Amino acid sequence: MNPQAPNPNASESSAGGSAVLAWLFVGLPLAWGVSQTFLKALALFK
Amino acid sequence: MADTSTSLLDRNRTIAGPGYNRWLVPPAALAIHLAIGQAYAFSVFNKPLGSLISGDPAKPDALDWTPTQIGITFSIAIVLLGLSAALFGKWLERVGPRKAMLAAALCFGGGFLIGSLGISMHNIWLLYFGYGFVGGIGLGIGYISPVSTLIKWFPDRKGVATGMAIMGFGGGAMIASPLSVALMGQFKGSAPQGVAPTFIVLGIIYFLFMQFGVWTIRVPADDWKPAGYVPNEEHSALITTGNVSADNAIKTPQFWLLWVVLLTNVTAGIGLLETASPLIQDTFSDKAMGAGLGVTAAAAAGFVGLLSLFNLLGRFFWSSASDKLGRKTTYAIYFGLGILLYALVPTLGRNLQLTFYVIAACVIVSMYGGGFATAPAFLSDLFGKYQVGAIHGRLLTAWSTAGVLGPLIVHQLHDHAKEQGLTGAAAYQNVFYTMAGLLVVGLLADLAITAVNEKYQEKGPVTIEAGGH
Repeated sequence: MNPQAPNPNASESSAGGSAVLAWLFVGLPLAWGVSQTFLKALALFK
Repeated sequence: MADTSTSLLDRNRTIAGPGYNRWLVPPAALAIHLAIGQAYAFSVFNKPLGSLISGDPAKPDALDWTPTQIGITFSIAIVLLGLSAALFGKWLERVGPRKAMLAAALCFGGGFLIGSLGISMHNIWLLYFGYGFVGGIGLGIGYISPVSTLIKWFPDRKGVATGMAIMGFGGGAMIASPLSVALMGQFKGSAPQGVAPTFIVLGIIYFLFMQFGVWTIRVPADDWKPAGYVPNEEHSALITTGNVSADNAIKTPQFWLLWVVLLTNVTAGIGLLETASPLIQDTFSDKAMGAGLGVTAAAAAGFVGLLSLFNLLGRFFWSSASDKLGRKTTYAIYFGLGILLYALVPTLGRNLQLTFYVIAACVIVSMYGGGFATAPAFLSDLFGKYQVGAIHGRLLTAWSTAGVLGPLIVHQLHDHAKEQGLTGAAAYQNVFYTMAGLLVVGLLADLAITAVNEKYQEKGPVTIEAGGH
């Protein structure tokens, strides 16, 4: 194996890491909004 | 053809290289839809905008804007959503998603800034122009901008992919509503009701948030396909291997049948969403349930919140299920189950079955959301992926029509029932029976959808220059 060749596993793991960060970027505000709505919805069951 | 483009926004500069993770595309799409989904939370501004002069929503001044005047802002935005999605769809297919997303961010964010100026000057026409007209164009372009790209990246899971994005439109309001309330509270001391500075901050936040989508989105290379993917594996007659242009699509009966399907599904859903809070309070009032046992205003707000959650979940659940069930079957479920539930709801109300009433309403609203999310995948099945974004844009005129038709039907029927002295559940029963009737029309339209005649398909391979990818 050529030691100079890029490691495909490293590239895959970097792409996977970027996807996780991307999902967190949109997922966290969405989770906050959903939790706020859920708390509001609880009033129906009180 | 040599690549002579220089702008980072050009379609050719957004073609993904080898190793690009396609799971980066749904978050890019969500960044756009979570932002523009704010439109559904516009009602949070109704009371503050209606008391800019008096400072007290309970005692409006003669110069204060009326609820009708304020409501027109949202109506303009929704009408412009449909019109701009229809008008700019082909442009989007030509220039690619990045340029379209940037245009959407500029219009949507800019609309807030112009709207803020209108609020500061107490000029409602400027608010209409800013948030309604300019912002509405941002809504339309933003709504369709990631759709065709998602379908191209996920030919094996079209429903899942578009469901995730369109779920964001439902989720956007859940973020915008508490965020707007918090911002208005923060700015209350510096401007009437804190609305104008809130608009400025929201415009900047949304513009920046949408940039994530602009710079993350990539289109796949022409020859790209997911590993192991075999096109049209199920050999369904409704899944084409050909491509139909947007101009030809609107000449087919299938497009107009699907237009009726979306129109009826959305109109019926709006019928419930439009009246959710007064509906549950009137039906399960203290008078009907007994003193202290009726649904309070706070509990009714909880009901509205619960419906929002099911609207969001339905978008992802039903659209994903359509990958397995087929689009036509999924819409048949929306309509078949919807007819049963709409017809049942008045009886549940009369018998004061609150739990089953809430469950039925949640299922109905989940299918309302599902109807939006399943449409792009259905279009792609019928017309191919060539100009599916542009075709989807034209289909969204059904949403604009339903946005006007739904509230009109609901208010007319409810007002008529009240004039006849009906109260409680009885005042709403004709609304639900009419919506059930509309769903029968939708079911018939869905069942009439067949494969598109091959004469409408493009001859030979489609090219980027011609508007496809």
